[in-house]
Amino acid sequence: MAGLTLRNVAKNYADVNVIESIDLDIKDGEFVVFVGPSGCGKSTLLRMIAGLEDITGGTIAIGDTVVNEVAPAKRGVAMVFQTYALYPHMTVYKNMAFGLKQAKTPKDEIDKRVRAAAEILEISDLLERTPRALSGGQRQRVAIGRAIVREPSVFLFDEPLSNLDAALRVQTRIEIARLHQRLGTTMIYVTHDQVEAMTLADKIVVLRGGNIEQVGSPIELYETPDNMFVAQFIGSPKMNFFKAEDLTKKGQAMLKGDVDRLGIRPEHFTTTDVKSALVVATPDLVENLGENALVHCITEGGMEFIVKTTDLTKFKQGKKIGLTADKARVLGFNSTTQKRIG
Amino acid sequence: MSVLEPKTSFQRIFLPTLAWTIAIIFFFPIFWLVLTSFKTDADAVKPEYLFIFQPTLENYMNMTENYDYWRFAKNSIITSVFATAFTLFVGIPSAYAMAFNPSRHTKDILMWMLSTKMLPAAAVLYPMTFLTKNFLGVFDTHFLVIIVLSLINLPIVIWMLFTYFKEIPKEIIEAGKMDGVNTWGEIKDILLPLAWGGVASTALLCFIFCWNEAYWTVRLTTTEAATLSKLIEGNRAPEGLFFGRLSAVSAAAVGPIVVLGWFCQKQLVRGLTFGAVK
Repeated sequence: MAGLTLRNVAKNYADVNVIESIDLDIKDGEFVVFVGPSGCGKSTLLRMIAGLEDITGGTIAIGDTVVNEVAPAKRGVAMVFQTYALYPHMTVYKNMAFGLKQAKTPKDEIDKRVRAAAEILEISDLLERTPRALSGGQRQRVAIGRAIVREPSVFLFDEPLSNLDAALRVQTRIEIARLHQRLGTTMIYVTHDQVEAMTLADKIVVLRGGNIEQVGSPIELYETPDNMFVAQFIGSPKMNFFKAEDLTKKGQAMLKGDVDRLGIRPEHFTTTDVKSALVVATPDLVENLGENALVHCITEGGMEFIVKTTDLTKFKQGKKIGLTADKARVLGFNSTTQKRIG
Repeated sequence: MSVLEPKTSFQRIFLPTLAWTIAIIFFFPIFWLVLTSFKTDADAVKPEYLFIFQPTLENYMNMTENYDYWRFAKNSIITSVFATAFTLFVGIPSAYAMAFNPSRHTKDILMWMLSTKMLPAAAVLYPMTFLTKNFLGVFDTHFLVIIVLSLINLPIVIWMLFTYFKEIPKEIIEAGKMDGVNTWGEIKDILLPLAWGGVASTALLCFIFCWNEAYWTVRLTTTEAATLSKLIEGNRAPEGLFFGRLSAVSAAAVGPIVVLGWFCQKQLVRGLTFGAVK
C-alpha cells in the first residue's frame, strides 16, 4: 500500500504538450478518479504512472520511491485495461497466474492467490475457460482478478467500464466500489463519465488540455466548482449560465463586481411568481423521465436552458413562468477569466 | 430474391467452362513437364509422341546416378532451411519493434526496405561475384547462399510479419509489460502464440522463395553449395536441349516444393490474402 506524489509531471510528443505540468498528491488508500473530455491527457497520465509512457519532465513517486525509471512490473502497480487485454491463448487461471509466474512466485502460492481472487470475483468456475468463451462482464472480472493477484500497492483502471452495456456498467461499478472497501488499496480510475466519477471517487481530478482544472471531493466539485468548465462538467444535466439580458432585475442585482454570469444547476430551480423570479422563461419542450422531468425553457433574452423538476403542473408550454433558486445555490462567475467569484 | 432464382445457363455452363479452361492452360506446362520427363530425349521433341509414348525412367535414373541429384537436393534443403530460420530470427524482432514501438520514421524504414527490392539484381552481379570470390573467399559456400537468400527475402518477411503483428492489440503486449515479462518473453510467450498462423505462413512463403531462387544461387555457386536451380541450369547442354533429361531434373526440383505447398495450402492462402479482407 502506498500513496503517490506527482511533481511537475509533463509529457510532450515532439512539439505537442499532452501534459503540461501536473502536481498531485494521492493519499494511501484513496480512490482517485481522473475525469475530463477526450484528449485531456487523463489516460496518458495514468499510463505514465503505470510506466507504459515515458515521463518527459518532473517526477512520479509511489510511496517514497521515485519511479520515473522503474519498469512497470517493478512499480507495485497493476492495471486494468479498457479492452481487458487478456491473453487470448491462455485459460483464465493462466491469465491470472502469468504475472506471478514471471515474478517466480512458488506454485502453491500462485494457486492460493489465484483461487482467492477468483473467489472474491465469483469466477471460480471459469478458471479453465479461455477468454473467448467468456462474456464481456466476465472478461472484465478476469482482468480485475489479474490485477488483484499481484497484490499491488496501487490499482490503475483505464476506463474499465466503457466496453460494457449500461446495466452491467452499473453493477460492475458497484463491485469496484466494494472491492475498494474490502482491499483498502489506493486506486486510480480514469473515466470520461462524470457519474462514475461522482459515485466512486474519494477525490476527483478534473483535467482539461493537459492541465488540472480542479481537485476535490465529489461534493466540493459539485457545490463549489472553481471555474465554469468544472461547473459544467460535473453534474448532469449541465449547469446553466445566465448573462444580464437573460435575468430579471432581481437577478441582475446579483451580478456584482466582476461577476457577469450566474450559474444555476437545473435541479436547483424552484417556481415562483414573475416578480420575485431571478429568471423569467417560457417552457418549450418537456422530457419526462418518470421520477422527474427535464423542462427545456427559453429566457426572454433568447437563451435555452434546462430545469429539472418533480412537479410538472407549474409548467405550461408557451406560458411564461418565474424561476428562482436558493441564494446559496447560485454561483457567480466571470466569463473572461472563467473563474468562480465569491 | 436473386438467390432463389434458378441459375441461368450462363452461370451453369459458361462460367465453369471458362474456369476449367483457364485452369488447364495454367496447369498444362507442368503436366507437359512431368509427361516429358518420362520420355527419351529423342521422343521428347516429336509432336506425334505428345501424349502417347513408351514411358521410361531412364531420365530419373540418369539424374540420380550421373548428376548427383541428392547432393543438390541436400544443398537446397540446407540453404532454404537455414536462410528461412535466419530471416525469421532477424525479421521477428524487427517487425515486433516496428509494430509495437513505432517511431516517426517507421513508415519510412518500411518503405526503404521495400525499395531495396527495386534494385535490379543484375546491377550488382559483377561486384557480388568479384568481391565474394576474390576478397571474402566465400564464393560457392553454404554460408554465402544462406546470407544472400536471407537478405533477398528479409524485406518481404518483415513486411508480412509487421502486418500480422499489427493485428494484435497493443494492450495485450502492455498487459505483459505490467505482468513483468521482458522483451524476449513478450515475443516468446505472448506475440508468437498469438501470431502463430501468420509466422507459419510467412516462414512457408520464405522457404518457397528460397527454394525457387535461381538468379543468385546459379551465379554464386559452382559445385559445393549448388542447389537444384543450379542442377537445372547445368542441364542446359550447349549442343541443344535434352528435353527429357531437363524435364526430369525440373520435375524433381519442383516436386518437393509442390508437395509442401499442397499440404500447407490453407496456411498459404491465408498468408497471401492477408489484410485483403479485414
